[in-house]
Amino acid sequence: MNAAGVTLKPQTGPGASARRIAALIRRHAYLLLKSWPRIVSMAYYPTVTMVLWAFITVSLAPTNSFLQDAPGFFLGAVLLWDVLFRGQLGVSLTFIEEIYSRNLGNLFVAPLSLTEFVLAQFALSVLRTLIGVGGACLAAWLLFHYSIFSLGLPLVAFFAGLLAFGWGIGLVVSGMILRFGLGAEEFAWAAIFLFAPVSGVYYPIDVLPGWLQWVAAAIPSSYVFEGMRAVLVDGVVRTDLLVRALVLDVAYVALGALVFSLAVGHARRHGRLLQMGE
Amino acid sequence: MSTPTPAIVVSGLVKRYGAVEAVRGISFSVRAGTTTALLGGNGAGKTTTLSMLLGVLEPTAGDVRVLGVDMRRDRRAALPRMNFTSPYVDLPKRLTVAENLRVFADLYGVAQAAERVASLAREFDLAGLMRQPYGTLSAGQRTRVSLAKALLNGPELLLLDEPTASLDPDVGDRVRTWLTGYQRRTGCTMLLASHNMVEVERMCDDVVMLREGSVVDQGSPADLVARYGRGTMEEVFLDVARGRDDAAVPLPQRDPATPSSRAGERGTDSP
Repeated sequence: MNAAGVTLKPQTGPGASARRIAALIRRHAYLLLKSWPRIVSMAYYPTVTMVLWAFITVSLAPTNSFLQDAPGFFLGAVLLWDVLFRGQLGVSLTFIEEIYSRNLGNLFVAPLSLTEFVLAQFALSVLRTLIGVGGACLAAWLLFHYSIFSLGLPLVAFFAGLLAFGWGIGLVVSGMILRFGLGAEEFAWAAIFLFAPVSGVYYPIDVLPGWLQWVAAAIPSSYVFEGMRAVLVDGVVRTDLLVRALVLDVAYVALGALVFSLAVGHARRHGRLLQMGE
Repeated sequence: MSTPTPAIVVSGLVKRYGAVEAVRGISFSVRAGTTTALLGGNGAGKTTTLSMLLGVLEPTAGDVRVLGVDMRRDRRAALPRMNFTSPYVDLPKRLTVAENLRVFADLYGVAQAAERVASLAREFDLAGLMRQPYGTLSAGQRTRVSLAKALLNGPELLLLDEPTASLDPDVGDRVRTWLTGYQRRTGCTMLLASHNMVEVERMCDDVVMLREGSVVDQGSPADLVARYGRGTMEEVFLDVARGRDDAAVPLPQRDPATPSSRAGERGTDSP
């Protein structure tokens, strides 16, 4: 107990880290879970996109043998793409929220490490993704009798592979916002779409020009969507593709962490942490 | 009797932004258990210095030791023992007062967080505001919440950047009373940047005067007032801010362990 009569819990070790991460998660969960418009808005876009592709499937399936063999192809693709998009947004928007609140200064003078801050961002990304994509999955099952779980156990690997790639991109975007200010906020919404053409969400990678196939080979999402097609079309689980995706994920998360860490260092040198806000 | 270790020791601290030298090799120390003011006009380097003390701004050169910890190497060892409040930062506006305080209590690892939050709510007259979103509060109410946040961990060192800026005289007076009361009860060290000379005279044992990033004078408010041959700290401030400090009569250096006299009596007004 200190002179003010306050007892502080241990400040080091995994338990202390977990407590601080949980505190940051609680800070954002308070915000998310008590606002139904926020929850609706998170599920709105994935659900509307899913409905669109579901009707495209319904209209094309009678004359398309491919869709007759794999009726869940477009729905699986659109739902998994949203895992990537929501995963990235979850990291970037959590950070932007702190800037809007002018709360970065309070967080960076609290005994919270940068690693703990980032791990909390990842956890919140999972929460946002589950809310956003979960709503669309539920709607797909209710309206079109399509269950994302029909992908089987590989779904877990697909989910993890896309989410981790989203985290890497989300950290790069957070770093850019910290470095260049809220003017770079648009990257949070747009950055991931740069990867859409080379991810092969709706088509196989081999339809791309040769040089773009090399680009696709360097991003994890292309392997995940190839893996999804292997499950849906051929009924085969391609572990080789999943392993490549996860290895690349590690590299992208490390790259994102490096960019974010460099941006925090720059902000520390230029006095932006206390003053950054709307 | 041994001299207590200073709570803050700043040596040769420099901060440059390109060609602009915001802080120019300043050195000072703050005795444990005292209240010290960083005084200076706009752009004098007060907030820059506080930021470096907190470890959120990297010095270009120099050393900062806070509570015996080298802030450039191991700031996280000191952060649980200190806290801060500033008009430049805010709390999440859509969270209620109770939610905000609970989150920060957990970040600082306060045991029995609910009891501590309730106790501060009573102390700062926040009980009726706990369920209100922070963003709906008045400036005075927000300041009280920010101070409650700053006291959650029972800090040994409190850094206050313009703690009563934008407050009406009544709320400003209450805040000063709370702070001096906390300091008396706990013996904590306080360093505040302020433009309010009445506040400085009332609360502070020592003053470090900055101009254009350099320390131009320091001493107790009473010493400074006497040395400049002025009646109040406000007049001393104007002399220093306008570069009329050459006429100041140097006084013998005071033993840092000896408590200085205060220009004003503390805590004379009711909460």
